Amino acid sequence: MEVRIQNVRKEFNRFPALHDVSLDIRSGELIALLGPSGSGKTTLLRLIAGLDFPTGGSIFFGDEDASRKTVQERNVGFVFQHYALFRHMTVADNIGFGLKVRPSSARPSKAEIRKRAIELLDLVQLSGLENRYPSQLSGGQRQRVALARALAIEPKVLLLDEPFGALDALVRRELRRWLREIHDATGHTTVFVTHDQEEALELADRVVVMSQGRIEQVGTADEVYDAPNSPFVFSFIGESSHLPVTVVGGQVLLNGEPTGLTLSGRDGSALLYFRPHDVDLITSPAEGISGTVVASRRVAGTRRIELDVKGCNENVEIEVPVSHPAANSSQVVFRPRKWSIYPTDNVGSFTTAPARPVRESAA
Amino acid sequence: MAAEREAARRSGARAADFRDPTTESALAKWVLIAITVAFLGLFLFLPLISVFSEALRRGVDVAYEAITEPDAVEAIKLTLLVASIAVPLNLVFGVCAAWAIAKYEFKGKAFLITLIDLPFSVSPVIAGLVYVLLFGSESLLGPWLARHGIQILFAVPGVVLATIFVTFPFVARELIPLMEDQGTGDEEAAISLGASGWQTFLHVTLPNIKWGLLYGVLLCNARAMGEFGAVSVVSGRLRGETVTMPLQVEILYNEYNFVAAFAVASLLALLALVTLALKALLERVYGRDTAAVIGH
Repeated sequence: MEVRIQNVRKEFNRFPALHDVSLDIRSGELIALLGPSGSGKTTLLRLIAGLDFPTGGSIFFGDEDASRKTVQERNVGFVFQHYALFRHMTVADNIGFGLKVRPSSARPSKAEIRKRAIELLDLVQLSGLENRYPSQLSGGQRQRVALARALAIEPKVLLLDEPFGALDALVRRELRRWLREIHDATGHTTVFVTHDQEEALELADRVVVMSQGRIEQVGTADEVYDAPNSPFVFSFIGESSHLPVTVVGGQVLLNGEPTGLTLSGRDGSALLYFRPHDVDLITSPAEGISGTVVASRRVAGTRRIELDVKGCNENVEIEVPVSHPAANSSQVVFRPRKWSIYPTDNVGSFTTAPARPVRESAA
Repeated sequence: MAAEREAARRSGARAADFRDPTTESALAKWVLIAITVAFLGLFLFLPLISVFSEALRRGVDVAYEAITEPDAVEAIKLTLLVASIAVPLNLVFGVCAAWAIAKYEFKGKAFLITLIDLPFSVSPVIAGLVYVLLFGSESLLGPWLARHGIQILFAVPGVVLATIFVTFPFVARELIPLMEDQGTGDEEAAISLGASGWQTFLHVTLPNIKWGLLYGVLLCNARAMGEFGAVSVVSGRLRGETVTMPLQVEILYNEYNFVAAFAVASLLALLALVTLALKALLERVYGRDTAAVIGH
């Protein structure tokens, strides 16, 4: 089932939580809504489910306008961060609940409901636990039961709200892989919300990056990581450093000095973004950016150096090989290998700026 | 949890010489316990004993006769009738009020909560007087009711109304914190699975609140049967008609019929003891339930 979100707005007490959001979700796709807290990702998910109603706009399930339907009529599977299992019911009764409450004409027999529950328990790899109560399960097991319960109603769309948020890191990784397997086996159109970029990038076919009630970028893991279309996406996904620069005649200047970077675009002030590990260390100060080393830290397999660059308020981080002598020197010159430039003219706060990258260097 | 306790116990055994910094000395502990026990003994236990001993002073037969005497039987019947009307009504009201307050956001919510507490903060006598002002022959409603032959004051309806007023916070007060604590997650899960509002209430909400509800009903019932002040004002004390058990006790006492008074009083006291026992039992079961839920 494909889901189309058209110009959806949502306000809570006149406070806008989503501004004019549009998104096409393909049938059978596994899609992640990724953003910091307050970005509107959970609001969007709840609007798709029908647990909230949009202030404006429409949501289509296939060709059907679902946005005026109740949550019961939409037939969606919803998985909550804190599981929301019914504590007084056994695992089997929890999974069978959605079938039990159907009108008698559509309701399977008791034996069938139980059979279906046990099949789903096999699918989520919890065979034999059907008579346990939720309090007798671990967090990871509870979330598996919650997913089985959502799948039991044969939902048109599967929606998961921070499904692994309450679990510890190890279980989280394991369930992540397992969710991908379940998705590939059942083929449900699946939307999940997360603030964990690693989770989103690893698990999803496409990632929807959201910020302050808007969609910043939609793309595959490669697209949002390698070609971020805004300073927000660049800094939100992965590590990044940025410098205020000016562009004059195709030259990128820092404090009026050339940086060795060139591009074809209009002149003006801009922000230069690059990733700490995508830099080359060079010797000639005239062909790069020089900075004073203020700190050097060993981070796993690399060494991270914090640089004080003249004319820049914040320190800049770059990564160098562990044995590189730069860590011991006081001055370092580097040049970003891959970088993006976002004009700051006529733009207020850069995190909300829908700025386009003027040029991507691919070295 | 169990493992932590076990570890604490073992380390406690090893470091027996050191006192937990927040624990008082043994002397302070015993003094505190002694004061509490003495206080309870003096103000609760002794009077309770004396009620029963006074009732049985001239033997079981006399006490039995006193509570099977027609006026006493009528009082017992009326008390049961009043409780059987007031408690179910307050059960429904309490669930509605708790639901509205715990699951919805609306203006004036804090005011509504204060209003629900009103019967707790107002003297029952005033509650009774309010009904007299409302339904008495001098009031606005009085003449209209009289013309239609409806008698509220000095009749059973008045007693029931006064009892409802005095007991209505019990169920709501018990449920509000419980339901606020549980939030709406389970209900959202149920409706997303296709359950209607009623199915959600029946299969999800009600089982989640059942122990708190039962506890509230028990307290409500105990108060409904034991209410004196408000009922005393509105009943008119027509013997065999509008006299409930607490009123009957007072009437008998004022007539120097001590054995009969204490016999009826012991019945009431027994009711209180049964309520307490049930409450203790519920708390144990309830405590186990919530411990299992919270102990993730």
